[in-house]
Amino acid sequence: MDFNDTPDEAAFRAEARSWLEQNAKPRTSLTPTISGEDLTPEIVKQSQAWQKKKADAGWACITWPKEYGGRGASPIQNAIWGQEQAKFETPPDVFSIGIGMCGPTILTHGTPEQKKRWIPKLVTGEEIWCQLFSEPSAGSDLAGLRTTAVKQGDEWVVNGQKIWTSGAQWCQWGILVVRTDPTVAKHAGLTFFVVDMRSPGIEIRPITQINRGQGFNEVFFTDVRIPDDQRIDAVGNGWAVSITTLMNERMSIGSGMGVGAIEELVDYIEGLEIDGRPALEDRQVRERVAEFVVKARGLKYTGLRSLSALSQGKTPGPEASMGKLVGGLLQQHAASFAMELAGASSALLDAQAPAEAAWQERYLSLPGLRIAGGTDEILRNIIAERVLGLPPDARADKGLAFKDIPTGPPKRG
Amino acid sequence: MNFDFSDEQKLLQQTARDYLAEHSPLATCRSILEGAEPYAATLWKGAAEMGWQGAVIPEQYGGAGFGYLELAMIAYEVGRALAPIPFGPSVFVATEAILRHGSDAQKSAWLPKLANGSAIGTFAFAEKPGQNAVEAIAATVAGGRLSGTKLPVADGDVADFAVVAAKEGGMLGLYRIELAGAGVARSRLDAFDPSRSQARIDFDGARCERLPGADATAIARLLDRAAVLTAFEQIGGADRALEITRAFIVGRYAFGKPIAANQAIKHRMADLWCEIEIARSNAYYAAFTLANEDPELPVAACLARIAAADAFEKTTIEMIEFHGGVGYTWEYDCHLFYRRAKQLAGLIGTPKYWKNLLVDRLRAAKAA
Repeated sequence: MDFNDTPDEAAFRAEARSWLEQNAKPRTSLTPTISGEDLTPEIVKQSQAWQKKKADAGWACITWPKEYGGRGASPIQNAIWGQEQAKFETPPDVFSIGIGMCGPTILTHGTPEQKKRWIPKLVTGEEIWCQLFSEPSAGSDLAGLRTTAVKQGDEWVVNGQKIWTSGAQWCQWGILVVRTDPTVAKHAGLTFFVVDMRSPGIEIRPITQINRGQGFNEVFFTDVRIPDDQRIDAVGNGWAVSITTLMNERMSIGSGMGVGAIEELVDYIEGLEIDGRPALEDRQVRERVAEFVVKARGLKYTGLRSLSALSQGKTPGPEASMGKLVGGLLQQHAASFAMELAGASSALLDAQAPAEAAWQERYLSLPGLRIAGGTDEILRNIIAERVLGLPPDARADKGLAFKDIPTGPPKRG
Repeated sequence: MNFDFSDEQKLLQQTARDYLAEHSPLATCRSILEGAEPYAATLWKGAAEMGWQGAVIPEQYGGAGFGYLELAMIAYEVGRALAPIPFGPSVFVATEAILRHGSDAQKSAWLPKLANGSAIGTFAFAEKPGQNAVEAIAATVAGGRLSGTKLPVADGDVADFAVVAAKEGGMLGLYRIELAGAGVARSRLDAFDPSRSQARIDFDGARCERLPGADATAIARLLDRAAVLTAFEQIGGADRALEITRAFIVGRYAFGKPIAANQAIKHRMADLWCEIEIARSNAYYAAFTLANEDPELPVAACLARIAAADAFEKTTIEMIEFHGGVGYTWEYDCHLFYRRAKQLAGLIGTPKYWKNLLVDRLRAAKAA
């Protein structure tokens, strides 16, 4: 058992840190900004400039093949880069979906021509990508999606609606999964495409969240035409391609969640009092804090175990779902507790509240984190079925053609 | 980076698992739970022949000369098997106390016997119900003789000697006492987990030997090391309880399907799995700090202890619940795990004690 880098890993880390020191400032806050929130054209430009800088120096998309602009390095080197970059202040990342999910999906399922066409400009930050998966009536049950594509000559004509698309208004490209055959079982009738977000017939409407942020959008498709050479993998194979995207999503959302927030919680409580005494002298406060720290450190060390697996050339499996499941809930509980300790000031979303109301802000943002990229309930299903091998729940849509699957009553409005 | 046990350590673990599968099936635990024998003496001897009690005892004293990572793997398997032997108190605490803080004479006299299983040691700390603060210890030593009551003492009825926490001139120390000697009255008590025996020991001017190096800091580290090793024992028990529960809920049908297909059950199974993984990761880190004498051991030991005790307890609570009525019967093994989880949580300070300690240690680490 050894926490130290191998000589190769240490050399890579030193090289990464040295480049970062010359090109960025050390980070002062522990909590990274949540990507996709309230972007402005200025922020998008900064993010693109940072991506270009990394790409020019060979630090963008560490694991991707060199022929497409990546570094051709190992997953453990990518993780080391991530650890080092996290120590520096960098612009909000508008590429997390493109690089975290879209790129890996195209690299896995795309043709050589498709990779040449899209991957290099993704690496350099020239083109921003989004994900068009969820629909108003298909969230956790993603394969129940209803947006259709019908083949006409060498093109597909898409109609329907997608939702929860982060940063859609800034994107050149989106990955899109649609129904191409409603007469077969629901997972079998899906096909995966890359769509030009500037195509005629696409309308993007921002969604206002409970925290007033506008990270997500609705995207409407009216007779949008997609050339057949933008289809990824075979017709009817869209579900398998989507699974590749989703596993990458859960890993990127889940990594290292909650660790920094809990360390900040301890600092925050150091500054508070209960009945004129330091809050950390209160036995109940101490026990709650201890429980939070146990979970947070446990997640941190679980991350190190996953890194070890990477270091030995193994691939993290469905257990990667744990980070988001445990980390999301942990942070929500911690934010709630921080507000409880703030007393009456928890009523404020104002700079005069303790920690400038940072915990109130978090409490408002965390429900989203627990839903995005797989709800807690879906993650529990994944762990139960794929890690513990428990049987799937009985389902009412089994063996039915998609068109025959029961749906709810007509929607309001 | 390799945050995992080595192939050699895993091989040792597999050997331990195979041995216990043959020599300590759950029927062995049950036979001690139901019978008059205080522990499985044959298993204890067999374990010694495998080198387990002497895992970290140097070869010059008859030990196997392994490291703490190997002992952690053995502890895990002992926990998985619910082995009814005085392993933790004798190996994690008494042996450690002699090894780390004993005089040369004490080491020469006792380590070989501890290693070959011919002697059992235990640890006598608690004196009365409630949290066991060091300040509250009332046992005293004067002129080489110790007086006071220790309640309860795990394996106090079968141990050859106890390492006893007591105060001499107001200073806390550890003292080795022969339990068969004069001035020692011990009685076996009914135990919450009868597969592990508990005793009351009254010392009345019993002759004792001070362990020279054991000051308050040394005692804290002794408990830290025991906490890490006990965490592995607890995680072993939790893993086995989850496996048994998994097999039951997959095979049990209600309303025309396995009960494991219900989200009301499978989601709680997923949560238990997460609890155990969090405990395992904390325990691995703590084992790393233990094996490397790392300054983070005091914090890591708290994390491992709290997470492992909670994970084992939660798993055994759900184990009975998911088994339904049969889980509540004497005949099914669920209660063996349910009892052991609480027995191990009560040794060397309950999680409440360690949570409080963790906050102090985190603050001290931040201030440093």
